[in-house]
Amino acid sequence: MKKFVPVLSTVAAAALVLTACGGDSSSSGDGLSIEVPDVPMMESVGEPEGQLNIVNWSGFVEPAWTDKFTEDTGCVVNPRVAGTSDEMVTLMRTGQYDLVSASGDASLRLIVGGDVAPLNLDLIQNFSDDIVPGMKGQIYDTINGQAYGVPIGRGANILQYNEEEVGTAPDSWSVVWEADSPYAGKVTAYDAPIYIADAAVYLMYHNPELGITNPYALDETQLAAAVDLLKQQNAIIGEYWSDPAAQIGSFVGGNTVVGTSWEILRKLSGEEKLKGTLPKEGSTGWYDAWMLSSTAANPNCAYLWMDYVSTADVNGQIATTFGMAPANGAWCESSEEAKAHCEQYHATDEVYFDQIWPWTTPIEQCVDGRTDVQCTSFQDWTDAWLTIKG
Amino acid sequence: MTSVLQVPEPPTQAEVKVAAARTPRQNRRGLLWLLTPPTAWLLILYIGSLFFLLITAFWFINPFTSKVIPGFTLENFVSIFTVPAYFATAVRSLLIALAVTLIAIVLAVPIAIYMAKIASPAMRAFLAVTITLPLWAGYLVKLIAMRVVFTENGFLNWLLAPFGISGPGFNTSTVIITLTYLWFPFMALPVYTAVRQIPNSYFDASADLGAKSWRTIRTVVLPLIKPAIIAGSVFTFSLSLGDYLVARFVGGSTQMIGSIIASNINLNPPVAAAFSFVPITFVLVYLWVVRKMGALERL
Repeated sequence: MKKFVPVLSTVAAAALVLTACGGDSSSSGDGLSIEVPDVPMMESVGEPEGQLNIVNWSGFVEPAWTDKFTEDTGCVVNPRVAGTSDEMVTLMRTGQYDLVSASGDASLRLIVGGDVAPLNLDLIQNFSDDIVPGMKGQIYDTINGQAYGVPIGRGANILQYNEEEVGTAPDSWSVVWEADSPYAGKVTAYDAPIYIADAAVYLMYHNPELGITNPYALDETQLAAAVDLLKQQNAIIGEYWSDPAAQIGSFVGGNTVVGTSWEILRKLSGEEKLKGTLPKEGSTGWYDAWMLSSTAANPNCAYLWMDYVSTADVNGQIATTFGMAPANGAWCESSEEAKAHCEQYHATDEVYFDQIWPWTTPIEQCVDGRTDVQCTSFQDWTDAWLTIKG
Repeated sequence: MTSVLQVPEPPTQAEVKVAAARTPRQNRRGLLWLLTPPTAWLLILYIGSLFFLLITAFWFINPFTSKVIPGFTLENFVSIFTVPAYFATAVRSLLIALAVTLIAIVLAVPIAIYMAKIASPAMRAFLAVTITLPLWAGYLVKLIAMRVVFTENGFLNWLLAPFGISGPGFNTSTVIITLTYLWFPFMALPVYTAVRQIPNSYFDASADLGAKSWRTIRTVVLPLIKPAIIAGSVFTFSLSLGDYLVARFVGGSTQMIGSIIASNINLNPPVAAAFSFVPITFVLVYLWVVRKMGALERL
């Protein structure tokens, strides 16, 4: 057995439940008790309001599937595309939107901030057993056993490399972290505080003495170690990326030869020489879920939407448009094309996703279950991140 | 048919008197009409929004939800000095803005002299077009163009490859080059206008007294165009200080003040607001120094 075996957070959660609740593993969710504001849950779906305002990632809300929704329910969909998780959180706090397609680095913030409401899954019939196991009841959208999100899809942060420069696939992330990397000056990294977790994943494998068991539960010492690693990386970085188009251009133009990426970006580049791999340390990944604003003006349309987009067909369309693994595993069986897509994105490959740590907002309460220390919060990560780039 | 040629009668003295008597009031009303919209625009939209942004700099942030909480703290300002990355970025931005201004001056003066005094009319028109050309294109278009030029497999490296050298890639010097390219017209145009206004006889007189061209530039031209250079430098300096997309697109991992504001705007608005004081301070100090030099009176 290897030193580090990344575990599904449900498995970890189950273990936590065992320790915390004296063997009561029947309670679903994360087993951590996190204090959340009391926001009422919808009891039934009433008359549609005729409008629905969504904050979403590009490609999540498209006429190809909103037209039919509007036809069926009379709800006109007004999408607002956001570029980053932080922008999504800011937009949701304006109170002008009903729904958000939140990634894990936004969701916990929204839940604890009281910006999103708990969901009544009984009202979302299509939220069924077809949802892949790896996206059910995860900590980023299920708190204290209560669901706050409807899974949309997921994707891993892979190590992308230029085959002409690198040759065979690197088996370790060391090429982007170590000062003596042969690709110094041509390394790219994701430009967001959540990227600190990638450093933590690397440290988990290589520096077990730090005692990191979950890259989103870092105490001060562990965060300092991750920050040191990121500062070391800063010296070999060519460019940080947050804009996907710029990242693609950087890889295609030759300024970047190795760095973190998404399968969809590799595909969009249209370059045979660009390859992706998942190194031995494992990686982080983004898991997206629909979340309902606690001040939604159109909750009925929002529930109808969450039900509609959870069908295998619509979920599959979103997954293919954005380029990710769909949450609804049933879609993968629907056609040859769907099958190929699911294969490429490892949709139902839980062994693959077992190596991925889903983005989770770090909070002061350690999400790895430690109670003897206080963990660093997302604000600490944010402050730390801005000091790294210098 | 005679009516066509009718000349309006000159106003009688009484009419003139009445008009004169009503003028101040009418003028005042007219002025009010004229000035209200721009004043309101300036006060409410411009100063008002700026005020609310700047006041945030004294507020707190909820460490978990990143929500802004009104209050009073100087912590955000202190962080500019205590966080090494912040301080280094502020200094770096200042140096970049100064470098851009200096390069723009060094390039603008000879070009302006050539255009205004030596070039043929056709050449002058051609140069005027090429200098102002960047102003015609969108900012982002120019930026992406520069990115394409400086990219590893890009135009510049292709051009330099035969000589066995390669371009700077994406780093701080690329940021300076790009900013100079973007803001050069703001320096070149006022300097050119100023040089044009220098009578040719000054050059003749200078030459008659035995001055060579360099001395003429130093002792005749430069003092006369100093106000124009200052005016241009205010643009190049402040525009460079406030820019962040250039650093983001062609700067590699270079950070500028704008990068820190942009990263903080969603995550920690008070720090972003505090940081927006930095370029304001720099520009105020710059204007103060310029004033001390006595250059503003002649603007």
